[in-house]
Amino acid sequence: MFVDFFYHLRDFGLKVSSTEWLALMQALCAGHARANLNTFYHLARCLLVKRESDYDTYDRAFASYFAGIEATADVSQELLEWLQNPKLPNISEEDRQKMRAFDLDELASRFRELLEEQKERHDGGNRWIGTGGTSPFGHGGEHPTGVRVGGAGGGRSAVQVAGSRRFRNLRSDRILDTRQISIALRRLKRLDKDQGPEELDLDGTIDQSARNGGEIELVFGPPRRNRIKLLLLMDVGGSMDPYTHLCERLFSAAHAANHFKKFEYRFFHNCVYKRLYTDMHQLKGDLTSEVLKKLDHTWSVVFVGDAWMAPTELTHSGGAIGFDDYNSVAGLDWLRRIRQRVPNSIWLNPESHGHWNEPSIRLIRHVFPMFELTIDGLTEAVDVLRGTRPNRPSAHPARRVGK
Amino acid sequence: MSFHLFTGTDTYLVTPELRDAVNVACALEKPLLIRGEPGTGKTVLAEAIAENLDKQLLTWNIKSTTKAQEGLYVYDTVQRLNDARFGDKDIADIRQYIKLGPLGLALRAQERVVLLIDEIDKADLEFPNDLLHELDRMSFAVSETGDHFTAEHRPIVIITSNNEKELPDAFLRRCVFHYIEFPDKKTMADIVRVHHPDVEEELLRQALLRFYWLRDLPEVRKRPSTSELIDWIAAIRRGGISAQAIEKELPFMGVLIKRESDIEAVLANRRFG
Repeated sequence: MFVDFFYHLRDFGLKVSSTEWLALMQALCAGHARANLNTFYHLARCLLVKRESDYDTYDRAFASYFAGIEATADVSQELLEWLQNPKLPNISEEDRQKMRAFDLDELASRFRELLEEQKERHDGGNRWIGTGGTSPFGHGGEHPTGVRVGGAGGGRSAVQVAGSRRFRNLRSDRILDTRQISIALRRLKRLDKDQGPEELDLDGTIDQSARNGGEIELVFGPPRRNRIKLLLLMDVGGSMDPYTHLCERLFSAAHAANHFKKFEYRFFHNCVYKRLYTDMHQLKGDLTSEVLKKLDHTWSVVFVGDAWMAPTELTHSGGAIGFDDYNSVAGLDWLRRIRQRVPNSIWLNPESHGHWNEPSIRLIRHVFPMFELTIDGLTEAVDVLRGTRPNRPSAHPARRVGK
Repeated sequence: MSFHLFTGTDTYLVTPELRDAVNVACALEKPLLIRGEPGTGKTVLAEAIAENLDKQLLTWNIKSTTKAQEGLYVYDTVQRLNDARFGDKDIADIRQYIKLGPLGLALRAQERVVLLIDEIDKADLEFPNDLLHELDRMSFAVSETGDHFTAEHRPIVIITSNNEKELPDAFLRRCVFHYIEFPDKKTMADIVRVHHPDVEEELLRQALLRFYWLRDLPEVRKRPSTSELIDWIAAIRRGGISAQAIEKELPFMGVLIKRESDIEAVLANRRFG
């Protein structure tokens, strides 16, 4: 029956492999769980979960699987006995196929019954289900508190520990910090031979010296440099306020990244119109057309914005609210111009997928490939800019929203 | 169980979970991958294990240019070339130019050793994959001489990572993994007492209060770590500053906060908070 736990974890999206499961069985046979669900929780975690970003998923899976077990003493006793002395065949590579086979029928059925019972009882007010807000995209000001409490406290049960979900903010689909952004951005590289002072080509030197029968001959070649030129366009103000902190982090990471050949940034409000700003408070900036002139297909453009506005701000001339007086060219046309000028352009959206059916967001997804401003989203976006992922805006803006 | 269990040392406090993870890794003869914020004692763990189990410690510090091969052995061709050119040595036996790296030494050791592969994520993305075979089979071949070595005593392998790079799945599957959480106040107090056994309680309490307050400021980008706290308390004690003073101001802030923008953030918060 225990193999159910394996599939249960996989159902929760943890990529537990059979190798890892067998390692756990080995450890159980060796008595490492010490007849204790708490120890088992940690044992299974260190063998089955290999990323702290998956700890939260594991906690959820564990708590839902073992929910209520400790509440009933005799069952937990049986489970503990089983853990103490698991009746498992000696596992070898060949037995892998048999893995599904070992089950302890009686315990299994009682276990299940209990789980069923528990499910009913827990559906309403269970902390697990109640926490429901697994969506990582709270408002900007929302910081899950109490994450670092807990710790090594001895008295807490495994299910309680799992239930407290201390690792929630290690999830990789949560918002990023500067360091994580830098790591994602660091992947944005396109190495090309560059002009400049030549460097010693060690491999060439060795090759050439060997060909000369040991007479050393030094070989020089041009250095390789990153050729990425990046323009970061950020929406500020209005509906972006909750994300200011997040955007600042992206900005500072991009600004600190010294591996770009060129890095420029401009701000806009809701949508790009005829001016792009270098300072949003003092309204200093350049004409968008002037900025565009400096760009070409060797550049990459990254938009950061929630793309959330009245559709007319995109589609109508004169639709702009705020900073630009009257725009004769509709916002969407400006966006299309940029996309035309710089095909290597993408949009990062701090709003979660769930909101991407908003009319204005759909319109913009029609022009640019759009990604969530999360580690996963940023990684995908970087892949598009590196050319390792197709650079396609959404063909049917209404299609497939959410994961 | 036939092996000695790791229990932590006088100077290294270990949580039960981490202790179990170490023992599981030892028992299953799998590498133990340790991740956690800087300053949570990842590297020191290997030293503690070596000390506690009375084993020799071999350290392999990974840099961005480190290649997996270097851990096994380096064939010093330049030395051989040099010797050949100046003809003052017999260069026929190339074994003398095979220099074992830390991993190679660990696999050839006459007894079980502890091998620390420190900051594996510093290296190239493919680096961990290049080690798969050696860590799995605990054997390696020297292609230049045709020698083949298999470890008689599988080393205890501790690998640390700062999570700068994602490690490949195939590699992760072979490891036991533990994430060291940042210590809570109580554990931290214990850690500080290990380093400053005679610290005043009130001073410790105030220092911890300040320290966690700093760490929880959202504006602070580089959050101070354990070792910085220990240095800070050392500075305070040597400066003869009282607990009351810490409550009011932040003496020797430079020990804790290293970035200008962070210092500004802290000052701003003090003014308003």
